[in-house]
Amino acid sequence: MSDERNMIAETVERLFEEHLDTTVIEVAESGIWPTALWDEIAANGLDRVLVPAEQGGIGGSWEDAFVIIRAAGRHTAPVPLAETIGAGWLLAQAGLDVPEGPLSLTDDIARVPWAAQAVQILIAAGDGAFTVREPGETEIIPDRNIGRDPRDGITDPGTATQHTGEVQTIGALVRSCQMAGAIAEVLELCVTYAGERVQFGRPIGKFQAMQQKLALLAGESAAAGIAAQSACRAIDRDEDAMFAIAIAKIRTGEAAGKAAAISHQVFGAIGFTDEHHLHHLTRRLWSWRAEFGGERIWSERLGRAVAEQGADNLWPGLTQGF
Amino acid sequence: MQPLTFEPCDLPDAAEALRDDVRAFLADELAGYPVSKRAHSWIGFDADFSCKLGARGWLGMTWPAPWGPGRSALERYVVIEELLAAGAPVAAHWIAERQSGQLLLRFGNDEQRALCLPGIVAGETYFCIGMSEPDSGSDLASIRSKAVKTDVKGQSGWVINGRKVWTTYAQNSHYMIALLRTGEAEKSRHEGTTQFLIDLSLPGVGVRPIRNMLGDEEFNEVTFDEVFVPDAMMIGAEGDGWRQVTAELAFERSGPDRFLSAFALLIELVRFVSTLPPEAAAGAYDAVGRLYAHLSTLRALSISVATRLDAGEEPALEASVLKDLGVTFEQSIPEIAQQILGIAPRLDCGSDFESSLAYVQQACVSFSLRGGTTEIMRGVIARGLGLR
Repeated sequence: MSDERNMIAETVERLFEEHLDTTVIEVAESGIWPTALWDEIAANGLDRVLVPAEQGGIGGSWEDAFVIIRAAGRHTAPVPLAETIGAGWLLAQAGLDVPEGPLSLTDDIARVPWAAQAVQILIAAGDGAFTVREPGETEIIPDRNIGRDPRDGITDPGTATQHTGEVQTIGALVRSCQMAGAIAEVLELCVTYAGERVQFGRPIGKFQAMQQKLALLAGESAAAGIAAQSACRAIDRDEDAMFAIAIAKIRTGEAAGKAAAISHQVFGAIGFTDEHHLHHLTRRLWSWRAEFGGERIWSERLGRAVAEQGADNLWPGLTQGF
Repeated sequence: MQPLTFEPCDLPDAAEALRDDVRAFLADELAGYPVSKRAHSWIGFDADFSCKLGARGWLGMTWPAPWGPGRSALERYVVIEELLAAGAPVAAHWIAERQSGQLLLRFGNDEQRALCLPGIVAGETYFCIGMSEPDSGSDLASIRSKAVKTDVKGQSGWVINGRKVWTTYAQNSHYMIALLRTGEAEKSRHEGTTQFLIDLSLPGVGVRPIRNMLGDEEFNEVTFDEVFVPDAMMIGAEGDGWRQVTAELAFERSGPDRFLSAFALLIELVRFVSTLPPEAAAGAYDAVGRLYAHLSTLRALSISVATRLDAGEEPALEASVLKDLGVTFEQSIPEIAQQILGIAPRLDCGSDFESSLAYVQQACVSFSLRGGTTEIMRGVIARGLGLR
């Protein structure tokens, strides 16, 4: 990792260690905006990592953003940090000003992340275009996903000016990065617990049945992490990132389902309780997996593109990164 | 928990620069080589082809002078992934080049190297693996084949007795590297084993093919009846067999052969799906998209492991993870082909798709056995995670 990326990684880890715990998550999940957490993030400029320096951002790369968004997923930060980073990039790419404050983006006006808090909402308008909406311009119908993060309905998408940018694709990318982080955390929690929890006179991690499951989980975590980071690299290189982002969303989504199932089996009944932290991760994994296109949508799209390239281009395409 | 380290890496320009050469060579050499044969992947045996690769300088590429040109492991990576993607018949030299030569470089002596490495680099000297025995499969430490220290006519050496099984292409191999018991396992069951380089033309060596469920004769039983080898044929130190065999298995488990051995079938599957009318192909596109996502991710993981190996690290945990994911992927290809497309595999008169499906459907059950079963691999991963 570059020095700058290391610095970002240290900043974001320290910030979440100090300002995000189970209580913050629970209060946010009860519907109260976590002002203090968001203010810390904004004070460090993490939400503006992809905003050009001349607009007061960090002017970083998507691989820098990966470090931040993965950490947000790992710590289940109950704020639209991933959304703000993605929307900020889309606005800047479209040549628009990036306002201060939380931003949102959506491909489904019935499920807009943090519509009430976002100072702007980017709404997919089809054919690689989006419109920008401010919350005051529409009625908001509060709702939540099973992560208990706001996914509000808005009644009026508006007919505002269209700008160029792939909202669903960028949404899929940030969700992939969040899932990669949350899956890595699930793995770590499971391995720690399996080494401590004693049944039949030994830690449950000593049983082959448990070891087989945890090995599978390790593989899913590895695959999710590299798929998400590779997609960030592809977009940094100005490659046609559709392939890489589709791959990331498909692979992290599949890993999310498996990781959630395995982790609940490892933790047993305690993992099914409200007081345990595990469900903060798994409930979000199930939500993120489905948002901005689930695996089926992305795999049909990717599979069709691969079929249209033709069988004889399968290997040449793969080695060229698409 | 030991963290799993998989950073995406690029193949360096020097490695990428080889790709077009290898592709042009393969297009030429394999013109007319049928898909049904390509489906055999690294089980396809063709000594002439191996010699041609040797002549191009593509065997033992990473070995240092005087044995090889000392090129990077990532240059070799490009060559072997191109060979595998084309379904080239690489079996003759595969084991020798992938692991036996590496092992001799690392633990062997100069006499052994001089005896074997030039032939491996030329594509002329072939090896088989002497690990499993009739009563020792996954439990490799329980081997009973023995080497006993002895003097024969004033020459100091070892007398070997026992049996090895599942030795792929022993009938065509010149040498075996065998793990043998040379002492008792006292404190640990891994004690008392030693590796030997055995010339398979020696008196007392018997090779009997074991026909597999496809009707092919690839693997064998190799018997040793009072076979004498001189001291110089012991590899490494007496009693270090377990440590060395673990290193050998790391070479065996970490390459792209662990996710590309059903690639010929995947190509034919994509070819078939390309012919479907788009309005009727949603399910098939979904299947292809998922397979492609897995394949691309595996390649990224594999290049990450190869990059660390090239830097002199030993990412054993990551290599085990890669093999487990890779084998699962390979075995899913015939499964998905049958589920989604409902096409029956055919042995003799089938299309390329049907005949490659016929081979892979049967052969793939061995993918999660060879080089360590899935259950053993996951145990290795669990150990790496700190659970054992």
